[in-house]
Amino acid sequence: MRNTQRSQKIAFFFLFLATLLIVLPVGLIVVIIAQKGMPAINWQFLSDIPRQGMRAGGIFPAIVGTFYLVFGALFFALPMGLLAAVYLSEYAKENLLNRIIKLAIINLSGVPSVVYGLFGLALFVVFLKFGASILSGSLTLGIMILPIIITTSREALESVPQSFREVSLSLGASKWQTIRHIVLPNAIPGILTGTILGLGRAAGETAPILFTVAAFYLPRLPKSIFDQAMALPYHLYVISTQVPNVDEKVRYGTALVLLFLVLVMNLVAIIIRYNFRKKKKW
Amino acid sequence: MRKFKEFIIEKLILICGLASIFFVILIFLFLTKEGLAVFKSVTPANFILGKSWYPISEPAQLGILPLILGSLMVTLGAAIISIPIGVACAVYIAEIAPLKIKEILKAGIELLAAIPSVVLGFIGMVTLVPWVKSTFHLPTGLTALSGSIILAFMAMPTIVSVAEDALYSVPKSYKEGAFALGATHWQTIYRVLLPAASSGIVAAVMLGIGRVIGETMAVMMITGNAAVIPQSILVPVRTLTATIAAEMGEAVVGSEHYFALFAIGIVLFIMSFIINVTADLFLHKRR
Repeated sequence: MRNTQRSQKIAFFFLFLATLLIVLPVGLIVVIIAQKGMPAINWQFLSDIPRQGMRAGGIFPAIVGTFYLVFGALFFALPMGLLAAVYLSEYAKENLLNRIIKLAIINLSGVPSVVYGLFGLALFVVFLKFGASILSGSLTLGIMILPIIITTSREALESVPQSFREVSLSLGASKWQTIRHIVLPNAIPGILTGTILGLGRAAGETAPILFTVAAFYLPRLPKSIFDQAMALPYHLYVISTQVPNVDEKVRYGTALVLLFLVLVMNLVAIIIRYNFRKKKKW
Repeated sequence: MRKFKEFIIEKLILICGLASIFFVILIFLFLTKEGLAVFKSVTPANFILGKSWYPISEPAQLGILPLILGSLMVTLGAAIISIPIGVACAVYIAEIAPLKIKEILKAGIELLAAIPSVVLGFIGMVTLVPWVKSTFHLPTGLTALSGSIILAFMAMPTIVSVAEDALYSVPKSYKEGAFALGATHWQTIYRVLLPAASSGIVAAVMLGIGRVIGETMAVMMITGNAAVIPQSILVPVRTLTATIAAEMGEAVVGSEHYFALFAIGIVLFIMSFIINVTADLFLHKRR
């Protein structure tokens, strides 16, 4: 008996150790970047264009470029993803078609990000002749985050109790009215969570924008959606591997801005979900 | 009029519902459209099994075996590190951690998943790479090992969250039955819960590995990018993904090199397709 107790203690210790091995480095990464990046952050760094071959100045065009790309992706992926989720949760029947759609979504979410980059290059840049542009990059990122938005929105829609729909239908509302006025409003927090997670993913990805939009160095703001743009993740890649003798501070500062942007989005999503689960009345 | 409007909306919903299928097919079509052209100049067997990758020499040598082996080595290393740690962490979160700590741990894992790969690559470059270099007395720290360690951290969130789900969905009665027979908590976990959740855990591992094979930026930044057949885990390697990302910028549209990079894309697409479909089968077996 004593022996089994002891082996349990040992086993639990190792499980705890494994957990620490994951969680501690995460904390460490955030702390290191925050500590070494903070001294670089000032108004000039955030609002100026890169200077002296990106070794000084700021990262303003990269921040703006990332915002354009992220919202471009959202503009495309949110309506389509949301309607796809409505289809899966409200209209689809358990049949072969439904199974194939689900499989397609799973595959879409598993396709390597660099393959999205290739696809965007072949379809948007070359075939449709959009060139390397914000439009091409946004569409590529949009398709990449589509599965995230569909999956989370579908879960949110499906968690609305069946009885809500039944009451609405029994009062004479049509199916679409029920969805529009009953199901969707009750699923908004879940949809929002998924959307923000998708945004965070789009903001941090580099591989899909490498050949579809990202400019190595563009010391001005993009003029239209057919213009190239700088982007934060690509800029971090460039100044840490392609440009020699960049001040360490500038690299850490850029990493901090990117990490901050992505983590804040994710934290907001986690908080919305947490509050929603707590308040949920059903 | 209202009927007509609803008719339009419902058709629109149907079209969007089918969009994912459409995009998967579209991705495959465009990859093959550009990628299959490479087989005019090199046979499929020589492409996959060719031992040298010199895409811009004359004549170009387009063998991706070094790249496949590079990907395999980095992936294997990441799997060896991330599977035990990831599954152990999932067990801890699902079974042992108190409720409050559980929420914090889950949020921590989610944050790890959210860190952009280029940031992980950067951190790897400034911390891990010098460490590997000095620990193993190597000429460079940009090695397959460094890549494996960083990639392990990218696989872990997937492994933890899917495995935790699998453990969580084992019926309560299994656990109660084991307790009633006098088993300790650890015996219950080891003999009852883990076997019952095994297919979900297999799926978790596969999805984690899928993430590792497809990872691009971090790998490109810290594995050293040498397209030669790796002899050990302590030498620079180049993966399939990194090759595409590093070389597509220089490849001329319509050149042999350009087609070859798309052909690598097809290989990656098929790999991820197989991994995801198999993982999905394992997940459904559970239910």
